Formats: sequence, C-alpha cells, structure tokens
Amino acid sequence: MIKAILIFNNHGKPRLSKFYQPYVSTPPPPIRSEDTQQQIIRETFHLVSKRDENVCNFLEGGLLIGGSDNKLIYRHYATLYFVFCVDSSESELGILDLIQVFVETLDKCFENVCELDLIFHVDKVHNILAEMVMGGMVLETNMNEIVTQIDAQNKLEKSEAGLAGAPARAVSAVKNMNLPEIPRNINIGDISIKVPNLPSFK
Amino acid sequence: MALKMVKGSIDRMFDKNLQDLVRGIRNHKEDEAKYISQCIDEIKQELKQDNIAVKANAVCKLTYLQMLGYDISWAAFNVVEVMSAPKFTFKRIGYLAASQCFHEGTDVIMLTTNQIRKDLSSPSQYDTGVALTGLSCFVTPDLARDLANDIMTLMSHTKPYIRKKAVLIMYKVFLKYPESLRPAFPRLKEKLEDPDPGVQSAAVNVICELARRNPKNYLSLAPLFFKLMTSSTNNWVLIKIIKLFGALTPLEPRLGKKLIEPLTNLIHSTSAMSLLYECVNTVIAVLISLSSGMPNHSASIQLCVQKLRILIEDSDQNLKYLGLLAMSKILRTHPKSVQAHKDLVLQCLDDKDESIRLRALDLLYGMVSKKNLMEIVKKLMMHVDKAEGTAYRDELLTKIIDICSQSNYQHITNFEWYISILVELTRLEGTRHGHLIAAQMLDVAIRVKAIRRFAVSQMSALLDSAHLVASSTQRNGICEVLYAAAWICGEFSEHLQEPQRTLEAMLRPRVTTLPGHIQAVYVQNVVKLYAAILQQKEQAGDSQAAQEATQLLVERLPQFVQSADLEVQERASCILQLVKHVQKLQAKDMPVAEEVSALFAGELNPVAPKAQKKVPVPEGLDLDAWINEPLSDSESEDEAPKAIFHDEEQRPAKQRPPEADEQELARRREARKQEQANNPFYIKSSPSPQKRYQDTPGVDHIPVVQIDLSVPLKVPGMPMSDQYVKLEEERRHQQRLEKDRKRKKKRERERRGTRRHSSLHTESDEDIAPAQRVDIVTEEMPENALPSDEDDKDPNDPYRALDIDLDKPLADSEKLPVQKHRNAETSKSPEKEDVPVVEKKSKKPKKKEKQHKEKERGRGKKEAAGRGEDLDFWLSTTPPAAAPAPEEPGVKASVTAPEEEREEPQGEEQAADEGEQDPEKKPSKHKKKKHKKDKEERPKDKKKSRKKASREGAAEPVENGALDEEPLPPMSSYCLLAENSYIKMTYDIQGSLQEDSRVTVSMVLENQSSSFLKSMELNVLDSLNARLARPEGSSVHDGVPVPFQLPPGISNEAQFVFTIQSIVMAQKLKGTLSFIAKNDEGSTHEKLDFKLHFPCTSYLITTPCYSDAFAKLLESGDLSMSSIKVDGISMSFQNLLAKICFHHHFSVVERVDSCASMYSRSIQGHHVCLLVKKGEKSVSVDGKCNDSTLLSNLLEEMKGTLAQC
Repeated sequence: MIKAILIFNNHGKPRLSKFYQPYVSTPPPPIRSEDTQQQIIRETFHLVSKRDENVCNFLEGGLLIGGSDNKLIYRHYATLYFVFCVDSSESELGILDLIQVFVETLDKCFENVCELDLIFHVDKVHNILAEMVMGGMVLETNMNEIVTQIDAQNKLEKSEAGLAGAPARAVSAVKNMNLPEIPRNINIGDISIKVPNLPSFK
Repeated sequence: MALKMVKGSIDRMFDKNLQDLVRGIRNHKEDEAKYISQCIDEIKQELKQDNIAVKANAVCKLTYLQMLGYDISWAAFNVVEVMSAPKFTFKRIGYLAASQCFHEGTDVIMLTTNQIRKDLSSPSQYDTGVALTGLSCFVTPDLARDLANDIMTLMSHTKPYIRKKAVLIMYKVFLKYPESLRPAFPRLKEKLEDPDPGVQSAAVNVICELARRNPKNYLSLAPLFFKLMTSSTNNWVLIKIIKLFGALTPLEPRLGKKLIEPLTNLIHSTSAMSLLYECVNTVIAVLISLSSGMPNHSASIQLCVQKLRILIEDSDQNLKYLGLLAMSKILRTHPKSVQAHKDLVLQCLDDKDESIRLRALDLLYGMVSKKNLMEIVKKLMMHVDKAEGTAYRDELLTKIIDICSQSNYQHITNFEWYISILVELTRLEGTRHGHLIAAQMLDVAIRVKAIRRFAVSQMSALLDSAHLVASSTQRNGICEVLYAAAWICGEFSEHLQEPQRTLEAMLRPRVTTLPGHIQAVYVQNVVKLYAAILQQKEQAGDSQAAQEATQLLVERLPQFVQSADLEVQERASCILQLVKHVQKLQAKDMPVAEEVSALFAGELNPVAPKAQKKVPVPEGLDLDAWINEPLSDSESEDEAPKAIFHDEEQRPAKQRPPEADEQELARRREARKQEQANNPFYIKSSPSPQKRYQDTPGVDHIPVVQIDLSVPLKVPGMPMSDQYVKLEEERRHQQRLEKDRKRKKKRERERRGTRRHSSLHTESDEDIAPAQRVDIVTEEMPENALPSDEDDKDPNDPYRALDIDLDKPLADSEKLPVQKHRNAETSKSPEKEDVPVVEKKSKKPKKKEKQHKEKERGRGKKEAAGRGEDLDFWLSTTPPAAAPAPEEPGVKASVTAPEEEREEPQGEEQAADEGEQDPEKKPSKHKKKKHKKDKEERPKDKKKSRKKASREGAAEPVENGALDEEPLPPMSSYCLLAENSYIKMTYDIQGSLQEDSRVTVSMVLENQSSSFLKSMELNVLDSLNARLARPEGSSVHDGVPVPFQLPPGISNEAQFVFTIQSIVMAQKLKGTLSFIAKNDEGSTHEKLDFKLHFPCTSYLITTPCYSDAFAKLLESGDLSMSSIKVDGISMSFQNLLAKICFHHHFSVVERVDSCASMYSRSIQGHHVCLLVKKGEKSVSVDGKCNDSTLLSNLLEEMKGTLAQC
C-alpha cells in the first residue's frame, strides 16, 4: 500500500499532498487534521532535503508517517521532490519506477512540465495521479493508457463547458496577458536519472 | 431566465479562479495569512450563490487551501453539493475535494450514499470512475456496507476501466466491512483471470494485500498464482505475486520446493532489477522456511548471495541499499554464506550514504563470531572516532553494545577487553546513550564473577576522573556511567586496591552537580565502601585509619544532606546519623566493622527482565480493586511519584536476607576466597600488580600468564582495547600451539598403537577457549512463573477482522445487503431510507444462521478439508514444468464451475426463495410444506433440488451444465429408518474428516400423532466396529437424550456421532428410540426399534480433484481395481452422474462425451477413482481404490442405485 504521496519544492513548499490513510493524532477528535498533514510534510521535507544528490532514494520513515514497516521512497527532479510513503508490500524499485512514470506522464500532459505547472494546476495533477494510484493501490502503470484516459476526460470537460465556457476562457487569457511570461526554464531536464528499468513500463 | 444565466456567467468571469488565487498568494508574500483569510471570505460568499459553477470554483480553491494546511471541513456540505452536480467537470472537483478532506468523522458523508450509488450506475464511465476514486479515499463502514453490492456488480462491468477500479476499491470495502469479503471473494478470484491485464493486475494487487495480513487463508490460491507467475509477463504483477509467495512459503514448506526452480529461472533470465531483487527475496524466504527440509539448497543460497553481491557492488546506491537489506535476511539463517562477504560489508561502512552505513551495521550484527568480534569492534571504534553527527555516532555506539552483548555475550572471549571498550566509549561527548553503557557495565560486573576485580579497578579509575565525564550533566548523558561505576565500586569493594582513594573521589564537592539519582547511588555506595575500609583497617589493627575514614564521612556527607533531591537528602541524613553513631563507638575503642558491613551482607543475583511480570497473581487478590476509594481531586498526583519510580527502575533489584549473622558472613567470604583460589581462570582475570593467587599450585598449565597489564590499568580513558586484540591473538596462538602439542602427543600415542579418534585441525569458533570462564549467572525467575509468552497482538489491528476462512462455502445468510427501493424519487433523507432495509436484512439471516449453525459448521469443515486436499495434490505433483498444458481447461472448469453455480442463485433470486431455498437443510419445519409443494409446483422444486445437489458439493456435470436441458429428478439422501403411529424417523449419514473416523447421523424425527412427545432417548447396541459417541461419563448401555421435544405434527432433526473402526464393510446397528407420548388421556411410555444401516458410501466424502492429480493417482499403481456393469438404463448420462455424485458422494473430475472420471475420498483417506462409461442402455463402472474390499462393496451399492434408474 502507498500511504501518502507528497510533492514539495526545494524549500519545502507543498505542491501536492495526497494521504491515503488517516493519520490518527492524539487526542482522537481531529483524526486527519490538516495540522498533522502539515507536520508530516515538514518532517518529510526535513528528512529528504538534507540528503546528498547521489545517495540512495530510500529512507526509513519518520515517526509521524507511521511504523517501522513504512519507507519513504523519493526522487528529486530539478526543483521538486516527489516522495512516496509506502509499506513493505510495495517493491522499492517498482515504486521508483512508478515515480518516473508519474513524472513522465506529467511531462506529456503539460508538455514539458515545470514547477509552475504544478503550482497553478494542482487539480490537474490530482486527476492524473488518480489514474495511476487509487486509494493507495497502484491502478495503472502504463503511461499511454493513463494519457488516453486523461485526454478523454479533458475532451469531456471541454464539451461540457461548450459555449458558456468561452467568455471565461477569454477572460483568463486576458488576465494572463498582463503577467510577465511564465518562466519555463525550471523544467525537469534531468529525467535521465539511471532507472533500473522494468521493461513493461516502457 | 436566459438573461439571468448570461448575467451569472459574466459575473463568474470576474470571480477568482484557482490560478488567480495561487497568483494572489504568490503576490502577497508578506501578508499571506491575511490575504488568504480575505480569500476565504470571498469563497464563503461564492458558496452562498445558487450557480453550481461558482460553487465548484470555490470548492476547487478550497482544495488548494487545504493542501496549505487550512481547515476546510466547514464547507463539507458544499463539497457534497458539488459532488452531486450533473456535469462531470464539477463532479470531479467535488469528489477531489471530498477525497482530500473527508474522513470517518465527517458527518455529511452519510448524505452521500445515494449520490454515490447514482454515480456508480451512471452511463458515463468517467462519472463512475471519479466516484470510485473518490470513494476509495473516504469510504466508511456504513458506505462500505451500503455500496458493497453495487461495487461488486461493477466488477463485471463491460469496460475494463471500471472493472479495474471496482476491483481495487473492494480492498477498502473489505477493510471497512469485513462481512463482505466472503460473498465477494469468488468474483474477485475470477478477476485474476480477466482478459484485461489492468484488471488482472488490480485483482492480484488486492489479493496480495489481503493475503499479506492473513496468509493462511489464501494458501489454496497458490496453484492459481503459480500459473499466473509462470504465464504473466507484466512485471508489476510478477513482483506482487512473488512477494505474496514470500508470505505464503513459511506456512507451507512444500510450496517453497515447488517455487525454487521457476524462481531461479527468473533470476537467471530477467533483466529488470526490481524483479530480480524480489525473486531473490522470495527465494530467501523459501530457504528460510526449508532450512531443515531440503539438503541441496546451498546452490540456491550461493546464487542469491552472489546476485546480491553484484547489487551491493553496483554504483547505484539504491541497489546497494537493497542488496544489503536482503543480505541481512539471509544472515538470519545462513550466517556462514554471508560471512564470506565481510570485506564488502565493512567497505560499506565507509559509504558516504548514511542509510547504507546503517544497513551495513545491521549486517555486522549477525556476522560476528568469537574469532572476529574484536577486529570488527575495533573497526567500529575507529568509525566512532571519525563519525560526525551525533545521531550516527549514537547508532554506532548502540550497535557496538548490541553486537557484543548479543545472545548472552556469546561471542566475547575476553571480558577485560569488553570492559575496556565500554570505558573507552565513555569518552564520547554528547551521546545520549550513557545509560546503555552503564547498564552493560553493571550487567557484566554482576554476571561475570571473574571480571569483578578488573571491573572494579576500571570503575575506580573512572570515578577518579569523574570530572572528565561529568562535564555534561544532561539526562541519559555520559554521566550515567558514573552511576554504574559508583555502584560497582561500592558493591564489590572487597576488590578495590585503594579504597580510601576511591572513597575520597566519591565525596568530592563536584559530585553534587550530578543528577540526583546518581548522587543517591553515590551516597549509598560510599557507605558500602566505608564498611569495607573499616573491616580492612580493623583487621589490620589500624584504628587510627578507621577513625580517619569516619571523620572524612562526617565532614563530607553534609553536602549531600543539603541536596535538593529528596532521595539524596534522605539517604544522606540517615547515613550521617549512622556514621556519627559509629564515630562515638570508635571513640570508645569498640570494634564496629562487623556490624557496619552486616548492613550490606549477602549475595546478589540478577533478575530476569520479565520476572516481575511473571509473578502469578495470588488467588483472591484483585489488583484492580481500590484499597482506598480515590479522593475526588487527584491533581498533580502522578508527577512526583513518576520520577521516583523511574529512578528505581534503573537500579538493579537487590535481594538480601534481612540479617545474616557475622559467622555466616565470614564463612561465606572464606568460601568465596577458596573458590577463587581454586578457579584457575580467576588468576588470569586479575592482572593487577598484586597477583595474590599466582603461586597457588596447580595453575601453571594455563597458557597465558605472562600478561603484564599493570600499566594501562592505571591510566583511565586511554585506548587500550587495542592491546587486547594483540594479546588475544597471542593467546590464541599459544592455545593453538598447545593444541598442536597435545595433538602431537596424541599422534605419538596413536603410533604406539592406541587407536584414538583424531579430528582435523580447523580453527572454528569452538576451538577458541574464552580467556575468562564466562560464568554468566542465569537470571532469576519467580517460582511458578507462567511460562507462556502471551502474544501481544494488537486488538485494534484493522486487518484482524479480515482473518476469514474463504474456503468455506457460502451460507445463505452471507449476502451483501442490497438496496431494494433504489429509485426513491422523493428526496427523502437517505438515512431513513436505508436503515429499515438493512435491519430487515440482517434480522432474517440471523434467525436462519442459528438454525443451521451446527450443520453449516460441519459442512464447512468438510469442504475446507476438501480444498486442503486439492492443495496437497497440487503440491505433491513433481516439477511444475510437468503441469500438463492441455489438461488445463479441465482443471479450470472443475474449479470455477461450482463457484459460479454458487454465485448464481445469490445474485438473482436471493430474497425471493430465501425461505425455501434449501429443503434439505431445513427438513424440519418445512417438511410438510415441501410435500405440498411437491404436488403443486413441481418445476420449481426441481430447480431447487438441482441447486441442492450442487450445494452438496457434488460437482454436478460440469462442462455442460447448461447444455442438457433435461431436468433432474428430485433427490433426497434421507431414507426411512423406522415408523410407527407416533413417530417417523428418517436419516442421512455423512462422514467428516475431523479426528478419527467418525460419521454423523442426522436423524429427522417427525411426530405423526396428536400426542406431545417428550423425553426422547436414543440407544444403540454398539458393535466392535461401530460405536455411538456418548456424553462423557455415561456407560455403553446408556442412551443419548434427544435435545428437543416434539409437539404434534412437528418434525426436528437431531445429530448423533458414531465412531467407526474399519470402513471397508457396510455396518448395521440395532437401536431403540424410547419416548413418552402425552395426550389428553395421560401419558404412555413408548419405544420404536430400528436398524441403522451404514453403507460404505456413507464413509465417502465429496472431494474435488484436479485431472492431473487424478492421472498421477491412477498411474501410481497402488490401487486395486474392480468393475461392474448394469443393464437396462434409460436415464440420461448427466442425470446418472448427478445421481452418483449425490448419493455416493463423488465428484466429476472430467467428462468426455459419454464417459466420465470421478473421484472421492473416504474418511480414512482411501482414494476412490471411478471411470463411468455409458453404452446403449447399459452403464459400466470401473473402479480403483486403495482397498479392494471397500471398492467391491461400494460398487455393489452403486449397482443398487443404478438398477433403479
């Protein structure tokens, strides 16, 4: 089982957080409270950020993330950390590959993805993730399949917006015009980190 | 209207959307909190509007804020609103928000049940998909119960996209609503062979997750998974399956044997490292489970270790890490093969990656032996010096202690060395494991008697230089070792060389800066020391020196009396008074030493850590009862005592006889001295300048005597453990020489003619004799301690509820609750709608359950045993490659068909014929009804009986259940036993595999009179071969009471168990049923005689069998053969088979045209195989069985059955 998926940047700012199991904080009433989640993000960032570039990608979990059975498996792409917290039923190398598939899928869906894409479209990232992992279990590992489903859903969305959506789109385009060009330089260029490859993924 | 819409959408253009919000937050870096609270106010306004698009936009923004840590639970209702929007765009936003912020405590969840159900059955696959995804994150027990059936339907959806999601979410449903596991499992199992790889992978995923928690329930799936493993090419699936096998093998070693070969093949062939790694891992698990079973698995181990070495040597840190991780698993069972790679592991200790260093440390733990312990620890000590960062250094420290102390100091040959290591460790600045070192010092000093002298000298040196250690007085800091040092010096003060000096060291003013609990130990041990000094001085007649010591105490103790720590203060003032008293006595020149030392007389034994827990509670003592009713106000009650108890814990428990008289004491001391004198090892361990016992005769044969250690002992804290390494080498060398010498002598003797067994010279662990006699005192346990270790399973473990036997056939009562009135047009609150339905549902089955409980149980066991047999067959067949491919369809069919049949009645007509579904099961009350119905609605009854046949486990003709439309005649296995005007008895016999050979006779008693029947009692005249199982304590002539009474016209069923010795022949038993019949005129005593007939058939148990196992069985050649032929049969072959299955408890293995092979098993394990062939109007049956008598009897009985056809 995957217990949580976190994405944060080099400064620990969360870009996506997905918790698949409630973290019970004592006293009981606030079960999956935002505070616990923030604390987990902070602690994870603290653990991960102090590690060198060329050390292994596995970490025995902190206390908050729950139990000795759990592991943090992470990858660092440019400005972003992708961290999966998993228990012992997951294959470590398999999850590393999954992260790679995830990032490659993001890259495909956003066309040369960068941190800003994740900042402004966290909902889309969630949707992509939902096609890969469901309730903490791996749903699909084939990138083409994921992209197909995402495209189909986007098409559905567009058809629903129809004419009524047009003015909104125009306004948003106008709003964006006033901004300086979104910098695209923080891309995840170094995707070619050596991956022990599972042939089926490619 | 149209205008309003346009206006709405124009308004919306100027609402902030998610991007605007993000941009705004980024532009307000300084006053982010203020800006966000402003935004939240806006959002609240937006949520109040009617336009669903505005609401969705607001919820979308809230989801983002949730990620930043803002509480959005107040908007939960709006989230539900957006979830129920008709458009997919909004729905998705709603479900996302729900999955991020809903949890079990969210009360609006119960409003969502119907909405989710609607979405699940939506024609758009994406609506369904998004609902499933959302539900997977916030499913609650209520939702799981209400929606389980809907989700189960989706598992057979036409779109694989939905199927795979439905399959995955079932795991969450099982977790929340464990009752759903059994009804849903057959379908889940089906999905393992789904044509879509994604669905298949999802099913594997779910089953692996389930099996990981309760592996034993999933053993029977092993053959299926094995097939998948050898056929699948999806690495994800393979990894999951291989991991699952890793969990299963410990339960079934035979499975391991079967796995080894395909796994090794995979290891050789795969290019994917992840798969390779998991294979290696599972092979390791297999080898662990087989550790005794298989002789030639060393090749596999070598392969694993060799592959792991490649991983560890890889430049990829991830592989290195995993390699070490797997290596540590091998280490547990095969330390030898790992120890060969010590170099590699030590190399990893130098790695820059801390995770890898820690893994390497773990490995070292298992790699040490007597031979290399010193070397390894030396290396670790070097790392301790080099290590930057206290965390890693502390880890090293604990590892060193772990390694040395493991399994009762098994690997330590020289305790002097160990003590010096501990002393060296005290020089670590800022460690937080002072207490660990202290505990080790105490433990060693107490348990290894021979080392005490050395330990004391080291500890006194430590006390002398306490200022070095005591610089940091934080809790658990290194100053803790002073606790141990003080205690050891005090307790074993007779070994001190310069007690006075140590006494002074312990009374220095600086001591008062130490933590309280340490000071307390100081004070207490000062007195012990003082007692020893008095003793010594008085014996020497030096009363002057004795008085000086007293004076010192009187002067210095007041500094402790002023201590803020209560414990210290109390002890100090007590002792001060004592010493003052002694001073008075001394002034009168009276000898006091004996009396003072009597305070501390007695031997001290270590107590096992669990001893306290194991003291049995005396009878009549209620630990929970209040002694005094607590006062209402209990403020600050628990703080102060806590600290005291904490201190107490660290102090080793002392057991002292209250008063030991002086003579006894002197005697003991003398005895101890004697013992030490006679102990050859003792001398070696006291390398002090005063080698008192050196000249004792009889010790000159000890190899190492000439060790001059006097120098290092004087200097505290100097690294001297290294010397021991050298010394140890020398010592071993000498030992070896000596051995060689002995061997030579031996050889000479041998040459002279005496034949002796000579062993090869290898320096194994055993050859290294310890330098000290490791007299490790065993820990004490209280008398009549309870031996068992209560397993501490967490009762709150959510996975425990899923520990469910899946092999038992489904009972009628086990169904997923179905929503009956699905389309409630009115928008009633879902609560009201749901609750009564569920209640109705749950009540009904309960009643039934009770009635059938017993029967059900018996049958379940039988069936489970049957499945177990399957697995046995599968496991016992040799190499997996031999699994014949062409036969597989047959196998599949015979496995899945009964499942499907069990499914069908469930899904379709469940509630409808729930009441009368199974006449055989409820023969009692429905007996009469059934007869009526027989006449009325014949067709329905036929259907029923057919169902019954399949439920009986008689795998009804499989391949073609649907082809032949000819209905089966009704069958009942109950036959008449006896009948009179009062009562009618019918019976059926069933074998059970439990315990010895037993059969259960189910007897239906029907009251045919108008009297009330009571006090029924059944008695049977036992034969040598068959006995009625009577309640304990009753004689063979006593009857067994029937547990019910019968009002007029009522029938009920009673069960009696018989024990059978030999089952090869049919049996007959005479018996009587006696009862009292009561009617208006009065009551009469009646009885009814009967003859109970046990045909050989009744000893058979329907057992399914795979065709390959069947073929093996026939080939094995240890079955004898017989055959019969019956003519004049008009019945269709299918019905014929069904009849044999039903009446004779066989199952069809395979059927080809008009020829079928069948199998069954007796309660004593005989295999019975049949080949049934149908010719023109005739049937021939060839049988094979372990026992020829049984076979011929069976065939005779079958002839009888067939003749009626």
